[in-house]
Amino acid sequence: MGVVQTKEARPAVPRGGGPWRRLFSREGPTAVVLLLPSLIVVFGIIIYPLLKTLYTSFFAVDSAFPGHYPFVGLGNYAHVLRTGEFWDAVGHTAYFTVLTTFLEVFFGLLIGLLLNTDLKGRWLFRSIVILPWALPTIVNGAMWRWIFNADYGALNALLTQLHIISHYKAWLGDPWTALNMVAVADIWKNTPLAAFFILAALQTIPGDLYEAARVDGAGRLRSFFSITLPLLMPTIVIILVLRTMEAFKVFDIIYVMTGGGPANGTETVAYYTYVEAFSNQLFGEGAALAYIIAIFILFFAIIYMRMLQRGEVEY
Amino acid sequence: MRDSLGYRVFIHAAAVVVAVAVLAPFAWLLISSIAAPADLLSRPLHWIPAHPSLSRYENVLFNPQNGSAATFRAGMRNSAIVAASSVAISLGVGIFGAYAFAQLRFRFRRAILLLFLSTYMLPPIALVISLYLTMARLHLLDTRLGLILVYCSFITPFVLWIMSGYFQSIPKELEDAARIDGCTRIGALFRVILPLARSGILATALFGFLLAWDEFLYALIFTSSLNSKTIPVAIAEFTGRHTVNFGMQATGGILASLPPLAIAFVFQRYLVGGLASGAVKG
Repeated sequence: MGVVQTKEARPAVPRGGGPWRRLFSREGPTAVVLLLPSLIVVFGIIIYPLLKTLYTSFFAVDSAFPGHYPFVGLGNYAHVLRTGEFWDAVGHTAYFTVLTTFLEVFFGLLIGLLLNTDLKGRWLFRSIVILPWALPTIVNGAMWRWIFNADYGALNALLTQLHIISHYKAWLGDPWTALNMVAVADIWKNTPLAAFFILAALQTIPGDLYEAARVDGAGRLRSFFSITLPLLMPTIVIILVLRTMEAFKVFDIIYVMTGGGPANGTETVAYYTYVEAFSNQLFGEGAALAYIIAIFILFFAIIYMRMLQRGEVEY
Repeated sequence: MRDSLGYRVFIHAAAVVVAVAVLAPFAWLLISSIAAPADLLSRPLHWIPAHPSLSRYENVLFNPQNGSAATFRAGMRNSAIVAASSVAISLGVGIFGAYAFAQLRFRFRRAILLLFLSTYMLPPIALVISLYLTMARLHLLDTRLGLILVYCSFITPFVLWIMSGYFQSIPKELEDAARIDGCTRIGALFRVILPLARSGILATALFGFLLAWDEFLYALIFTSSLNSKTIPVAIAEFTGRHTVNFGMQATGGILASLPPLAIAFVFQRYLVGGLASGAVKG
């Protein structure tokens, strides 16, 4: 069993050959008409701004000198890449991405397995687990900011009442702790999605595989590592790639929980870009930063799409 | 298959632990919205409010005098209008494109499909600077129309992606039968395919609505007044300015969460199943 097919029955579309081939050439004009509206949208509000951003990134567009935008070539990129604050932001983003992605997949796996058991009140449990996913990101951030509040926060109150800590701590007051606390809020919100992806994959695994393993004398743990985990691998890889892309562009939760602080300790690349472009009004430099992020994310997007195209993952 | 008692106790205990971890922060948000300010600011903290009251909800929903309540109300209204309009436009253009990808064969089909997919994954920060400069020139900043157009930049590719997968699952024979009976291709699309795809269209619309309702970066940058400020922006501003008035913020947060929570609760199976299969199978 070297290769796992992840696709289910999906016929309907003839792929080359057969009696349909003659028709294909006649479908071109219809396709153009049907696609035109979406192509207009995509070119007007995605491709055009994207190219415009590239153009802007080659000029020193700075509100301090209105009307005068000298061409600086790759100067903005060079400047960004020499800035310490940028590399700090890269470090925070990398740490945040690895930590949240890993823990979201880990907890998602545990919760997904739990959702797949014959739990009493499974419907209720499922409805509870999905709640954080539906909570708007900004509400989630505002809620955790209040929970972590140094003076009135629920976390401090709980930990002191349980005698785990004796003094209230400023959870968002220290750069390192704050970054981890933002990660907690992100993990709380995004684990459900991972769990439901895992659940969807678990439900496609045929039960007789486990029967056979049982007959061969395999225990629960053994079946998990020899059957479940390998069959989940394609889904886990997809979640990892999707979550990495999401975490790399994290902005909202940082904005509302810490505003990048304290001491820029929670500033991510997307947040740093926002500050440079919109607070410091350095649009040229912001555009260069935006391109650096876009290129990084598109790299992951290509990996993802290649996996989708193959429709199977070898391991 | 019989499970041992120990195993059954273990999975139920684990489920309770997970449920508590999920519900506790949320419960605190709910309690904060109905507790008196003194309870929220007490030490040791009063977990159960002595005099719960819905007065903040009344304030947010009906009080014409209160400034922050008015901001929340305007935010909800703007969010609803912007999300519904951008979903309607995106469905209007996206459904036909999705159908073309799913059922027609034409040159560059694969390339165009990949183009759409990759634009969906583009980070908003990559577009926001030039969109800002363009919208400033077109006087579309701080208008709902501007925001609606911008939101189509991520909802349209989403519609194309999900709906083309959905159309592929509709048996081709049904369309063939309609065409043998004399329908044109477009006629068959309207009379046969779209009615069959109703539930897929509804799921896509609801998802698109959730995406728009949650969007923050564009709204933060393009809106500045009650004209167009959406609810996430209203809540973020309130959080920055009045950290101590958490009761009011919690109330706004709960109200902002009601539409997405209701959608998730009613359509959970359907939504997450669709998203998971879409993401894993493409």
